Amino acid sequence: MPRRTMVEAIRDAMDVAMARDDNVVVFGEDVGYFGGVFRATAGLQQKYGSSRCFDAPINESGIVGAAVGMAAYGLRPCVEIQFADYVYPAYDQIVSEAARLRYRSNGQFTAPMVVRMPTGGGIFGGQTHSQSPEALFTHVCGLKTVVPSNPYDAKGLLITAIEDDDPVIFLEPKRLYNGPFDGHHDRPVTPWSKHPQGEVPDGHYTVPLGKAVIRREGSAVTVLAYGTMVFVAQAAAEEAGVDAEIIDLRTLLPLDLEAITTSVRKTGRCVVVHEATLTSGFGAELASLVQEHCFYHLEAPVMRVTGWDTPYPHAQEWDYFPGPDRIGRTLKAVMEA
Amino acid sequence: MSDRQPLSFHVPEPAVRPGGTPDFSHVSIPRAGSVRRPPVDVKAEDIRDLAYSIIRVLNRESEAVGEWAGLLTDSELLEGLRHMMSLRAFDARMVMGQRQGKTSFYMQHMGEEAVSCAFRKALEPGDMNFPTYRQAGLLIAGGYPMVEMMNQIYSNENDPLKGRQLPVLYSVRDHGFFTVSGNLATQFIQAVGWAMASAIKRDTKIAAAWIGDGSTAESDFHAGLVFASTYKAPVVLNIVNNQWAISTFQGIARGGSGTFAARGLGFGIPALRVDGNDYLAVHAVAKWAVERAHRGLGPTLIEYVTYRVGAHSTSDDPSAYRPKTESDVWPLGDPVIRLKDHLIARGAWSEDRHKQREAEVMAEVIAAQKEAESHGTLHSGPHPSARDMFEGVYAEMPPHLRRQRQQAGY
Repeated sequence: MPRRTMVEAIRDAMDVAMARDDNVVVFGEDVGYFGGVFRATAGLQQKYGSSRCFDAPINESGIVGAAVGMAAYGLRPCVEIQFADYVYPAYDQIVSEAARLRYRSNGQFTAPMVVRMPTGGGIFGGQTHSQSPEALFTHVCGLKTVVPSNPYDAKGLLITAIEDDDPVIFLEPKRLYNGPFDGHHDRPVTPWSKHPQGEVPDGHYTVPLGKAVIRREGSAVTVLAYGTMVFVAQAAAEEAGVDAEIIDLRTLLPLDLEAITTSVRKTGRCVVVHEATLTSGFGAELASLVQEHCFYHLEAPVMRVTGWDTPYPHAQEWDYFPGPDRIGRTLKAVMEA
Repeated sequence: MSDRQPLSFHVPEPAVRPGGTPDFSHVSIPRAGSVRRPPVDVKAEDIRDLAYSIIRVLNRESEAVGEWAGLLTDSELLEGLRHMMSLRAFDARMVMGQRQGKTSFYMQHMGEEAVSCAFRKALEPGDMNFPTYRQAGLLIAGGYPMVEMMNQIYSNENDPLKGRQLPVLYSVRDHGFFTVSGNLATQFIQAVGWAMASAIKRDTKIAAAWIGDGSTAESDFHAGLVFASTYKAPVVLNIVNNQWAISTFQGIARGGSGTFAARGLGFGIPALRVDGNDYLAVHAVAKWAVERAHRGLGPTLIEYVTYRVGAHSTSDDPSAYRPKTESDVWPLGDPVIRLKDHLIARGAWSEDRHKQREAEVMAEVIAAQKEAESHGTLHSGPHPSARDMFEGVYAEMPPHLRRQRQQAGY
């Protein structure tokens, strides 16, 4: 089985989708000739020509707005926002337009498009290269929001997203681009080539949206995680000696509620972890759903381990990032509750 | 201690406010026929003057003059007149319908009928408009049934949009009319994207973008110009300058200098300014720009100089911010009367036939209204199901929406 980094898997997904469907176009800032600042589109312009993969002006609203128009025409644009931190100028086009096109036109116009964006911290990215804005998208009806945690999923989910008839926000944890990361920043990082989830088949395959996966089976507590936090939570469970069941949500909306409730009803405890800030973050939705659907099975309060309610700092990177120690302490606290 | 004078803060003001005497003497109106008609492959920099003038065809004697005249036959002009009269009658009945509580909201086109009605006749089948809420003439002149428009306005059981959308925010794909959004200017860049898609697919269709004077201040106006210019997209970029953005006069958006058309020049986009109340001029300019786009020569920016005679919407009272009689002194007059007078001057029409036509058109609108009302109005009669509320958010209803639909009792 070929091994690929997450960036290579994402590039391969676009390559496969472009080869299968002439209507798939890829564009964004530095995406064309140069192949993207993270190399996610390297070689696509050479292979498919500049009418299928091209550079865009530095205008996020323009990129997403043009993509909405292209999608209304019948194309399947897969556009890139260079960093999730820079998606805000496009927020109007995403929320008011892409997400509502089908609903407000009663299906006359649709927006089968993907907005890819590198997300998350742990890279000394400071305030504007580290944010995790997923809650701004999960709150929007009409959008689907996806966060892969490994190369295999990244490729399969991105192909599914491109083929999906609804707009998909595809958040790529850039900390995971080259290898898994468990939060131990003082240890050398293992590349994907040494990790089983770095095995990525050639050609076309899909991973369904709206389906979570259990990364670690356990009986003591359910941990709900996605993106980088999947690996951090696994490290935390091992180090804290807590038999946690770790669920990688993969898609935040639509959400695999059944996988969540099945696990929490079994364990009776639940910890939610994400990098994004706490207040009104996606963890609040998860905690609320768990108490609503699993109240009589719960033996402890649902706890959240998240980024602090501050902008993402630079020097204090590892005090901010929810690392294995913080998660481990919460796992123990929940077990003692 | 500094010896500099304190800075002063400048806020543009319209020339006249309520109670004052309306005055448009500051608006420079060139003579009809005085602006040249360049070839469609002209470079933007060679027609810079056209962005600062006004292309006009109909003169004070109601004759069609100059290089932009002579494109339309008597019967085409009579058809255009009919479209404008239909739109005006439609507006009148729908404003009344709103006052009678048959719908919550309406926005009329009074004074701007020529812009969308004439533009529509310059397009070819398959071309796509990205309109604002004030281009219903695109539908009327395109032959879309008025009763369908009314069904949407009434949110009744036959509403093509299932009651989901505010009145007048139509969506009619088959008539080249993109779904109207409440969020201003968003469609301007989308039109450019649609045109880019047509070029990517080596299609022959073009797009037309629409925006008002006020909304040119939105960021998506700039995005639209950048993308249209960069990719030479086959798109006509239309700015309808009706002088007012609700209560805000156009100087607030324009920054007190230049013209809206001139905004195109910095992007290398050929820019024209046209008398928006002159059906013949609007059609001729639209035809020129549409031809440019179809021939792969790139985008054109057009500013239609007109005046919003009516209230902004049924929720607006213009007498609170502008003189009540301001529209009476608007120097470009009324588009319906000007075309009527031209047709009479051509010997193709008469005052009597016009009066008769007014009655016919109103009878048609009333008949359509009766039919629409038989399918319900906002607060009475048949209406879309609450079940429809949950449909169409996604291609397939996800589990959480199915749960919510069940909670709602459906």
